[in-house]
Amino acid sequence: MQFFKDRLNYLFGSTKGRILVAIAMIAMTTGLWGMLSGPMAEMGVRDFVVRLLGMKMLPVEREGRIIILYHSIAMAVIAIETYMVTGLIRMKAFYRTASNVLITIGYMLAMVFGLAFAYFGHNWAFHGLYIAGLTLIFFAGVLLTIGLWPWDKAWYQPDRQYATTRSGLDLERVAFFATALTTVISALFGAIPGSFYGNGFQTFLAENIIRYPEKTTMQYSIIGHLHIMLALIAIMITLIIGRWLNFKGRLHKLAMPLMILGTVVLNLGVWGVVTPLEPIAHMIIYVGATPSMLAALFLLIWSWGKLVRDGTAHLARPTFFQKLRALLADPLKVGPTWQMLFMNFTTSGIGIFMAVRLDEIFRVWPAREERIELTGHWHVLSAIIATIILFYYGDMIGLKGRLRQLYGWGLIILSDIAFAAVTIFEMKRLFISEATQQPLVNALMYAMDGGLGLLLLLLAIVMVWRLTDLFRKKGRWSEEKDHELSQEVNP
Amino acid sequence: MRRPIPLVFFFSLLLASCAPVNLNAPMPDFSSGVDSNSWASVPAGEFLIGQFEEEATTDAYQIMVTDVTTAQYAAFLNEALAAGEVTLETNQVNGYYPGDVFRGVKHEERIDPGDKLYIPLDDPSQRVRYDGVTFSPQPGYEDHPMTMVSWFGARGYCEFYGYRLPTEVEWEKAARGTDGRPFPWGEDILRENANFYASRDPYEDMTSYGSRTTPVGFYNGRTYNGYTTIDSPSPYGLYDMAGNVWQWTGDVYEGMHYRFLRGGSKDTYEMDLRAWARNNATPTYVSPGVGFRCARDER
Repeated sequence: MQFFKDRLNYLFGSTKGRILVAIAMIAMTTGLWGMLSGPMAEMGVRDFVVRLLGMKMLPVEREGRIIILYHSIAMAVIAIETYMVTGLIRMKAFYRTASNVLITIGYMLAMVFGLAFAYFGHNWAFHGLYIAGLTLIFFAGVLLTIGLWPWDKAWYQPDRQYATTRSGLDLERVAFFATALTTVISALFGAIPGSFYGNGFQTFLAENIIRYPEKTTMQYSIIGHLHIMLALIAIMITLIIGRWLNFKGRLHKLAMPLMILGTVVLNLGVWGVVTPLEPIAHMIIYVGATPSMLAALFLLIWSWGKLVRDGTAHLARPTFFQKLRALLADPLKVGPTWQMLFMNFTTSGIGIFMAVRLDEIFRVWPAREERIELTGHWHVLSAIIATIILFYYGDMIGLKGRLRQLYGWGLIILSDIAFAAVTIFEMKRLFISEATQQPLVNALMYAMDGGLGLLLLLLAIVMVWRLTDLFRKKGRWSEEKDHELSQEVNP
Repeated sequence: MRRPIPLVFFFSLLLASCAPVNLNAPMPDFSSGVDSNSWASVPAGEFLIGQFEEEATTDAYQIMVTDVTTAQYAAFLNEALAAGEVTLETNQVNGYYPGDVFRGVKHEERIDPGDKLYIPLDDPSQRVRYDGVTFSPQPGYEDHPMTMVSWFGARGYCEFYGYRLPTEVEWEKAARGTDGRPFPWGEDILRENANFYASRDPYEDMTSYGSRTTPVGFYNGRTYNGYTTIDSPSPYGLYDMAGNVWQWTGDVYEGMHYRFLRGGSKDTYEMDLRAWARNNATPTYVSPGVGFRCARDER
């Protein structure tokens, strides 16, 4: 009995244990549900999985199923970020414990019963539990926001290497607070239309209504919600990585005000889509996104500079290649910010290109081509966020030596191959016709699914290792159960 | 950089993907036996429209049992050219369109009266040939749906014979009848029901040219050299209302220049073959996966 008690205490009572459980849940869901779409679908794998598991997939319910699926995954990601925030940022024990407990119960209910409801027949009790899970997550977010309240002298930052006001207000904490607060508010922009559209099966995918000149307030609300939530998850992981790497100094002082400004303005722009400000909402969004991205750039410059400095400290006059070697020495440390940079080629750059040439290029193509752009765009952004979490997780569980290199470079190379392939796939109409595209599509599909498949395999190996570790009396888990992330912030 | 093997593999794949595609690769010569000149009658009355089954009503009308074929379109071009209804420009056939009311809505583009593209002639995917005197279908494609035709070209065909493009409402009723089914033949889709992406029909080779059109009415329960199809008409007896080619519909909506397409195609997954699934494009858009059929008022 003690055996189980100890393991459960680790898995649900420690930050690293909770993160492990959430990553495992996401990995299993992604692995299983990934077999329901292309190219697994055309290979017949989907039909096999559907029959094997007895899934009930009515054509009319596809959009509702998909919405529940990615909400299930997103809730686990939000839980991971919450665990990281509560593990890194000082707050009263009550708020830390309450938000962790609520979000754990919440995402598990949402994930298990949401997917059961969506894919295995409509048991309405399951739907109720799914909604209850989402509600608990919302409430956990409210508590987290309160816990992050920055205008309490106890949380003021005395160290002037960090961004503060003259009175010592910790601007990084303000950035965390602003992100948490706006996330909670932005959740309502999905929750309210979610209720309006009923049980989730009378709704729509935003990419299917993009070209309609007139949209209802509820439609705008959903479009705004999906954009801002993903952006906020990205902003939060950027702040988390900054804290983990112990971002400080001049660039920190520049970055944090920009991050706060960007987050607030970005949200105002997105919320504006359901107000008479809609015609200029996009402009406000661009204005907000720019400082946020600039702040991320400052984190990148600082962290790469630090990696180079630390790695060449023993050299009097390091050469370019020695500096490069120092930069690339630890894939888990360079990986998160590299992914942020790579994101500009696969997501932000494409998004800006699309916005600039929308009518001249993209809207000359049929809507279904534009849909590929949009879905590819946010799939890549989501996956980049996931890989950044995995970099941090790899460091968190103490990967060292060759294993660290293998895991880190595996993440970078495999995911970037997949993301590059998705980007080419999205943009293929610029350089190849429909009639001649099939060999290219095949190659890109192999690259995408090969990259992501091997990445999932890598993750599965880590998960199996962590599972077997739980059976050892003095396994890694026993060391991790008392570790807190704040103790492991870079010196 | 320390693990170059995946990168080498990746770039090898990309290089392999540059292999040329033979757009005139040999293909089976099957005939479905379905008459492409036949029409189906759809009675007046209510039906369930859209994904969430709202009630809608139509008057009685007739709609073609199959998509317009390449042979039919070539014949039209010959007649229309003789009648002065179409004109030949460098590498394309044009026809007159009276234009749309422009309302200046965001993203709306002006469509003024004038000659518009019906079909391009220089595109290698075009299956109608012009030898300087007459138009003719590419051998083997006679009874395949006419593709690489713009909305103007589809409308021009229908109007030339006194027909019209079906409205979206008419199209959907003809596809799914009155009982709210998602597919013309019923609730579920199998590979033998329709021509869609990777549906493994005899015209498809996913390693090179990918999916190709099947002859109109191909999915009628016949067996073609060992490949057995399921008879998959709509409740009113129409074929290919799901898959094979997207079909232009006739509606011109206020404040937008896009024209809507229905039915999914050889290049799309099953989700786009659901009767309510919509696609849209500019009216000059042409594709090897887009065709049309005509409707007319009940006589």
